[in-house]
Amino acid sequence: MTEEKKQAAAKEQSQAILEEQRRLRKEKFLSNPALIIGLVGMVIIVLAALILPAVSSVDPNEMKVLDRLKPPGAEHIFGTDEFGRDLFIRVMHGARVSICVGGAVTIFSSILGTMIGIYASYFKILDNILMRICDGLIAIPGVLLAVALMAALGASIWNVILALTVVYTPSIARVVRAGALVAREQVYVEAAKIQGASDFRILWKIILPSVVSSLTVQASFIFAQAIISEASLSFLGVGIPAPAASWGNILQASKQVLSKAPWTAIFPGAFVIISVLSLNLLGDGLRDFLDPRVKGGRKG
Amino acid sequence: MFSYIIKRIVSLIPTLLVVSVAVFLITYLMPGGPATAMLGMEATKEELDALNEALGFNRPFLVQYFEWLGKMLKGDWGESLFLQQSVLSAIGQYFLPTLSLALLAELFALVFAIPFGILAAYKRGTTVDLALVTSTLFGIAVPGFLLGMFFMLFFGVKLQWLPVAGYVPLKDGLWNHLRYLILPALSLSTVQAALITRMTRSAVIDVLYLNYIRTARSKGLKERTVLLVHALKNAAPSVLTVVGQSFGTLITGAIVTETLFNIPGIGLLTINAINRRDIYVIQGVVLFVTLLYVGVNLTVDILYGIVDPRIQLGKK
Repeated sequence: MTEEKKQAAAKEQSQAILEEQRRLRKEKFLSNPALIIGLVGMVIIVLAALILPAVSSVDPNEMKVLDRLKPPGAEHIFGTDEFGRDLFIRVMHGARVSICVGGAVTIFSSILGTMIGIYASYFKILDNILMRICDGLIAIPGVLLAVALMAALGASIWNVILALTVVYTPSIARVVRAGALVAREQVYVEAAKIQGASDFRILWKIILPSVVSSLTVQASFIFAQAIISEASLSFLGVGIPAPAASWGNILQASKQVLSKAPWTAIFPGAFVIISVLSLNLLGDGLRDFLDPRVKGGRKG
Repeated sequence: MFSYIIKRIVSLIPTLLVVSVAVFLITYLMPGGPATAMLGMEATKEELDALNEALGFNRPFLVQYFEWLGKMLKGDWGESLFLQQSVLSAIGQYFLPTLSLALLAELFALVFAIPFGILAAYKRGTTVDLALVTSTLFGIAVPGFLLGMFFMLFFGVKLQWLPVAGYVPLKDGLWNHLRYLILPALSLSTVQAALITRMTRSAVIDVLYLNYIRTARSKGLKERTVLLVHALKNAAPSVLTVVGQSFGTLITGAIVTETLFNIPGIGLLTINAINRRDIYVIQGVVLFVTLLYVGVNLTVDILYGIVDPRIQLGKK
């Protein structure tokens, strides 16, 4: 066999392996209903939050006294609230706020938590200090810590993000540290060290990729938790200040008129439930999908 | 056993130190600090400076922190700025309704979760299992206050079975006391019931296929005995851990539920304190609930050690 033919054969073989991997991955994805439902649910909510407020000309804060507490109908599909504001538009704007807050909290606490977790796993002294701090913060029940921080900082959207980031960073740090501790015992990390790779390179180029999957799973649960927490804070009146629409705010306002106009709670409530449910399913699904020991979506 | 308990307690010291710093920081970071909270937003700069000087709020952070820590350890948690009583006595006064609520919610959660968890494990893979697991997914996704609002509307306003909101202390009769707590406790317990159901299910599944269960079955024991005595006993420690953790969530969840149902507990105390910027009360509540939470989890850990002797042997 000539050299060329050998190369061609090898290329063909690697192509076949790649194709096989892709097929297996697709099969694993399709046999994972939690992942699919969660993904579809989130995509729909995010798209609705992005598109509907942008194309609609209705002002979410426009009050029409004559339209107070109209039940759902042709003109207002979700009905109106006690100020005559269109509930559909408010819930969609609320989706923007709630998803943005949840997303920002998830991103910030993932970045911070990853830095803390990865450095803690690598440097013994840092580990003792950082992990004790995380233990302490985890010991304070989450919503209570957020409520206290909001009391100190004052109600605003950025303070909600800040407070919830403080609450959720430690749990990300723990997950990342646990993953990184396993990864750094691997032979390839040893090899990189012998080759003279810098600590920075080892941490961010070699250890980080191996913790990404557990980080992603944890992040989707944090996203769900952050949405519930934001709603709770706003419901308590220490979250995002009115009249801005967030799901928590809309629900808080509906408390006063609940018996006359239950729809003011049903629709924003349903959106909270659907998004949290989707994110939790996404997390469950991702856990199975990213776990190499699980084949075809079912645990072996 | 004794050295295990001592070790667990000693290992808590750094955690509690961090908690104390965090709690102290809450007041320290407050814009304007405690002086603004005492004098109100309209106070002039001169007045603020004078009060800061008099109370020592302008000293270095560490000096203030250690002085504060010393006082807290001696049981002096400060005076409420509005309630005309000390923080500790305010917490004591408002704590009973919260405790009642949290205990009842925990009871509801267990009454639903343990049987359903065992059932789901036993019927693993069937429609019953699928239905139960799906409902736990919903249970986890529904915020307690939302459920509370609909319980209020349905059982309180429409059916009028139970009072819509309010609170009656235990001394006015047990049933009267419970009547007011049933709806808030139910709405508070849902998330925990869902979590404990899932935990029970997976813990029972983990032991259900072990050899000793097969032995128990082949001895001819009744299926019920196998499940409830043999399987549940070994699944108990992991369920116990979730129950311990859920207690902290219940107490904090109670903050939201109490505000909704107008129950004069720790939650209402906190929200009122926030609205009046009564910072020592906020600080005290956070510290108190955290200590309680840590205490409950310590107890669970120790119980764990008693229930499962392998824990102490396997020294970590």
